[in-house]
Amino acid sequence: MDLKGYFGRFGGRFVPETLIPALEELEEAFYEAINDEAFMAQYRYLLKDYSGRPTSLYFADRLSKHLSDIKLYLKREDLNHTGAHKINNVLGQILLALRMNKKRIIAETGAGQHGLATATAAAKFGLECHIYMGLEDMHRQALNVYKMRTLGAEVIPVTSGTMTLKDATNEAIRDWVTNVSTTHYVIGSVVGPHPYPMMVREFQRVIGDETKEQILQKEGRLPDLLVACVGGGSNSMGMFYPFVNDKDVKMVGVEAAGYGIETGQHAAALTGGSVGVLHGSRSYILQDENGQIVPAVSISAGLDYPGVGPEHSFYHETGRVHYTHATDDEAIEAFKLLCETEGIIPALESAHALAFLVREHKNIEPGTLAVLCLSGRGDKDMEAIKGKLFEEEM
Amino acid sequence: MRTLSEAFDAGKILIPYIAAGDPDLDTTAEIIGELDKLGVGIIEVGMPFSDPLADGPIIQAASQRALAGGTNISRIFEMLEELRDVKTPIVLMGYFNPIMKYGEKSFIEDALSCGVSGVLIPDLPFDEGKEFYDICSEKGLCPIYMVTPNTKEERLSQIERKARGFLYCVSLLGITGDKRGPIEGIKSYMERVRSHVSVPLALGFGIDSPDKIRAVKPYVDGIVIGSAIVNIISEKADMGRKAIVNEVSVFTSALIDALRTALQP
Repeated sequence: MDLKGYFGRFGGRFVPETLIPALEELEEAFYEAINDEAFMAQYRYLLKDYSGRPTSLYFADRLSKHLSDIKLYLKREDLNHTGAHKINNVLGQILLALRMNKKRIIAETGAGQHGLATATAAAKFGLECHIYMGLEDMHRQALNVYKMRTLGAEVIPVTSGTMTLKDATNEAIRDWVTNVSTTHYVIGSVVGPHPYPMMVREFQRVIGDETKEQILQKEGRLPDLLVACVGGGSNSMGMFYPFVNDKDVKMVGVEAAGYGIETGQHAAALTGGSVGVLHGSRSYILQDENGQIVPAVSISAGLDYPGVGPEHSFYHETGRVHYTHATDDEAIEAFKLLCETEGIIPALESAHALAFLVREHKNIEPGTLAVLCLSGRGDKDMEAIKGKLFEEEM
Repeated sequence: MRTLSEAFDAGKILIPYIAAGDPDLDTTAEIIGELDKLGVGIIEVGMPFSDPLADGPIIQAASQRALAGGTNISRIFEMLEELRDVKTPIVLMGYFNPIMKYGEKSFIEDALSCGVSGVLIPDLPFDEGKEFYDICSEKGLCPIYMVTPNTKEERLSQIERKARGFLYCVSLLGITGDKRGPIEGIKSYMERVRSHVSVPLALGFGIDSPDKIRAVKPYVDGIVIGSAIVNIISEKADMGRKAIVNEVSVFTSALIDALRTALQP
């Protein structure tokens, strides 16, 4: 990354002038903080004793047998406090907000996992918290809405546009423009204007750093393959980044193909989109021939976003990471398989990553050492998936 | 057509903003003709975007209506091409992604060929858009930069070196149509900007009445009125083109009067 926040030709700061001072302040505070041992000690303490890290790296032996004897480990981010990897980033950003003396916290949320993590950390530190959430997503993820409200956050329904994550992000940016001097905007993924993509990556890289240490302990070598789902791309970036320079480690990012890329109803910005500017950075996005943003479609509210982090676009073009996709139906199949073979109910987001292995395992050599980032647990999705699993009986 | 700097020669000017294609481009063309006759200084024409993150609900809704009606950059250029006898300079306002998709160089060339004087892109700050804005300046399309009450001195000086036509001063920390605008310390804000900048200063965001115009006019060279006009257009949408143009005309005349009449002692 260069000084202006570019990964190759992706990234940058495409925002209203009002936000420039806030982004400069945030960048400066972030660099100071990560070089401040006291800050990092507090961050690591919270990850350990509050969120329960390190999360385990678990050998999924029964699942492995179903996948042509790939040796598959699951990085159990679902075991974090609040049930997903989102808390890693939120704890870092909330500590930064305190350091910048900002007492009001805002965030956007799609599946509600990032909103829930933000509401949780805001409650823990006594900060005022407002979560923007598309009305459509509030219906899909009602349980998380109740949880956020229980934790004292105000959940603001967003009724503009498609009423999903993209529109919630617009509203959060508008709020930030309006309340910039008192407010920190906790972006939940490796998207947005610089420094967010780099900063969120640094707060998520604990996933990959731990994985590296754990796999070396268990297997005495680095994995051959890493697999993770990509919406905005924070769990995958957190997993991949520490391995970027380990040339023999292959990486696969799995986007949500919704009803199928060919139908145009999907959320696959890298594999089904083109280069543009959305929410403050240049990256791959879903857009029409006039440069208007096309709504994303996916059964997974957390992947239902028409953009992707700029660093992913960079790895896509350099070829360092291979990006592919899985449909709603493939994700549901993978979801069932993980439930039935390992007794783990995954988030539908994470099920997309597994769907790649379910589809492609015959083309992967037996004995391949693979790690899949199980980014979150599936409690929140039970309502959405109910009709899909037991259709016959209903 | 007058140039942007000529527009400010006649004294303090009104800069109305309208959302192109709301309710349709023929109405937009008629409103532009009417504003030209009324003697406004500059006309700001908004190009719709699906995700206008610097805009409040009024302009968001107008953009949605314009997009639903099939408005795009090519059609806006076709409309402007037909308005060659308009004397008032036109500045296009829009977000960067549709311009990128159109093709940055083609956009600049086509804008110039239909007589556009300047371009204002709220999500493309001067340093992020350096390459694009440099080509604009070189070709004669004025890049209109925005500054805000929290823009730092160093940045103001950098913007001054690049500014052409006029500088758009945002009246508050907020989005368009924010009723709180302008901020209380407007005098010192404008003086601070003026100490760095030699081009004329236009003030916009949240200015929606003759009273607000009277309050801020001592400190500015131009005043942008956007959401208030767009709101009238949406309220009169059902009553037909003639009623819309008439209402905009009456409202704009009152604003011009407020700007031109001498300050009461």
